[in-house]
Amino acid sequence: MSGAYELELSLRPPEIKRIPYPSKYITLASGEKLVIREARREEIPFLLEIIEPLIRVKDDFYDIVAARFYAELLGLYRYRVRDEFCLVGSINGVVASLCNSRMINEKSGMSYHTMTVKRGLRCGAQMFAAKMEYHIEYLNQEEVYIVAESPIGFRRWMIEYQLQPRFEFQHELGGPPSYVLTKDLYYQTKDRLVAGIRPVPDELLNICETLKGPEEYPQIPNWKPRWCK
Amino acid sequence: MRKVIIAGTGHTSFGNLRKYKLSEILAYAALDAMENGGNDLPPIDQVIVGNMGAGILNHQTGVESAVVSTLNLEPASAEMVVNGPASGASAFKVGYMAIASGMADVVLVTAGELMRAVTGWQATDFVATLTHPDIEYPYGITLPGYAGMYLRAYMDKYNISDEMLSSISVRDHHNGMFNPWAHVQVEVDKEAISSGNDAKVINPMVAKPLRMYHTCPVSDGAAAAVLVAADLPDIQKKLKHKPVFVSGIGSATDTHCVHNRKDLLKLDAVRLSAEKAYKMAGVKASDIDLAELHDAFIFLELCLAEEAGLFPRGKAIEAVLSGKTDIKGQIPINPSGGLKSKGHPVGGTGMSQIYELVKQLRGDAEKERQVENPKTAMAINFGGFGNNVVTTILQNS
Repeated sequence: MSGAYELELSLRPPEIKRIPYPSKYITLASGEKLVIREARREEIPFLLEIIEPLIRVKDDFYDIVAARFYAELLGLYRYRVRDEFCLVGSINGVVASLCNSRMINEKSGMSYHTMTVKRGLRCGAQMFAAKMEYHIEYLNQEEVYIVAESPIGFRRWMIEYQLQPRFEFQHELGGPPSYVLTKDLYYQTKDRLVAGIRPVPDELLNICETLKGPEEYPQIPNWKPRWCK
Repeated sequence: MRKVIIAGTGHTSFGNLRKYKLSEILAYAALDAMENGGNDLPPIDQVIVGNMGAGILNHQTGVESAVVSTLNLEPASAEMVVNGPASGASAFKVGYMAIASGMADVVLVTAGELMRAVTGWQATDFVATLTHPDIEYPYGITLPGYAGMYLRAYMDKYNISDEMLSSISVRDHHNGMFNPWAHVQVEVDKEAISSGNDAKVINPMVAKPLRMYHTCPVSDGAAAAVLVAADLPDIQKKLKHKPVFVSGIGSATDTHCVHNRKDLLKLDAVRLSAEKAYKMAGVKASDIDLAELHDAFIFLELCLAEEAGLFPRGKAIEAVLSGKTDIKGQIPINPSGGLKSKGHPVGGTGMSQIYELVKQLRGDAEKERQVENPKTAMAINFGGFGNNVVTTILQNS
């Protein structure tokens, strides 16, 4: 065993044991089924490829969200962020939206980012709701710390969930004032904001087992991703 | 009165254009209209700009002068026409009047709004400023609020379900998929938004029973037209496209405060404006081949169609459900996708409706949404909560 291996082990953070996110599906306004499941580690390089083009999109702060999301997922992939997870939403296997987050400890969560490729169907709102659902209902946490980096995020999270300000708490993303979703708040808003059915039928789940990239990015007109060239 | 021809039309995409200035999007639509009209037309001697609230939304006044300068159209005279969400059709009406009266020969009308410069709730508040400043606005009423109350009464009276209403949204979004300018280009599934397991989350209440997919988006955008007098020498030879004539324009008002109306469910200004337009054009409701109706809230399409006599009261929903209002139906409504899918930059909507009528009457619409061989087309632009309405009828012969 080489010294490098041991050194690598010492660089890797310890992990809190957690149950995986139980997959669900949501019928969108278009009638399409958005399957939300936890991304597997081996899928992350492909998810990074999907995120990467959005780093250059200034509109709606895609650039900052995509750049940070990219770094956070790279950190997850290469074992440099502690207790992080990533959920992926796909329609017929095509990645529509993503979110990530991490456990600070058994009781608290730290929401990182939510990003959607497919626009106009509130996929991002469903991903954020799924993330909160995971923290509160499945990881049984008491609260989740949240910041918004775009006006859309502020409307979707701070306003729609009526999050509580917790400005004295410094969120790991830095800058913006921190808000918190408590367990009580979650259950008050759940009926209105959290959708989805479990279990996902095998047929639907199988289609979403192998993730595919979107054929186009509405944020980048006339641009074709590598997998479509 | 002189006859007036629409020689050119222009449009911007509807959606989020906040990186541009208002005068730029108005000028872009105008340039598109001028190019569409061709280079052989006489010079423009009058510019009319339609807009509802640049002073509030964009902190910009004197937009009409800015547009003229952006287009290098000095010394054409220029005025702004403001009539709430019916500003676009009112601007068109004033442009028509300028030519019909003999005061001008060639008029450019451009109308639009830049609403996404502010947040959604600020935009809702901005539109609510058209309500009565003492006895409506201070009590928190908004246009979606009015729409919710009206819809409840309408659904009760005519026994209309949420699922039935959703059919309008499905049709509008389908039409909008083929309109390159449309703001929200997504197909919508009736079951998913009305009775599906996730419906209450993906299609939340806005003002009960009004839901998100019953409501138009907040949009930026502009549309424009070049109008010319039909009696100018050799003008027909100078047109690039088949002429479309302005046959009838009618406008009417109703009480500013909705509660002062005798019957909440009667929109007298819509009926009267349509009757005036029919009379001026010498046509009847049954002569209308297609209509663009102001569905800022989708049920308004039903109310407007009924007030304009396209269907008996309470029966418009049956026409929707039976496919009569589809592109290939007996009387296609909102082939553009309507405000629901195409979007609603308030001051620009009326002009955008007229753009669509011209496109249809020329036979230039995308093949998936081209109405078959239309001759007479109507637009109703609904200002306030029905307190200032403009109906326009165009014909291609």
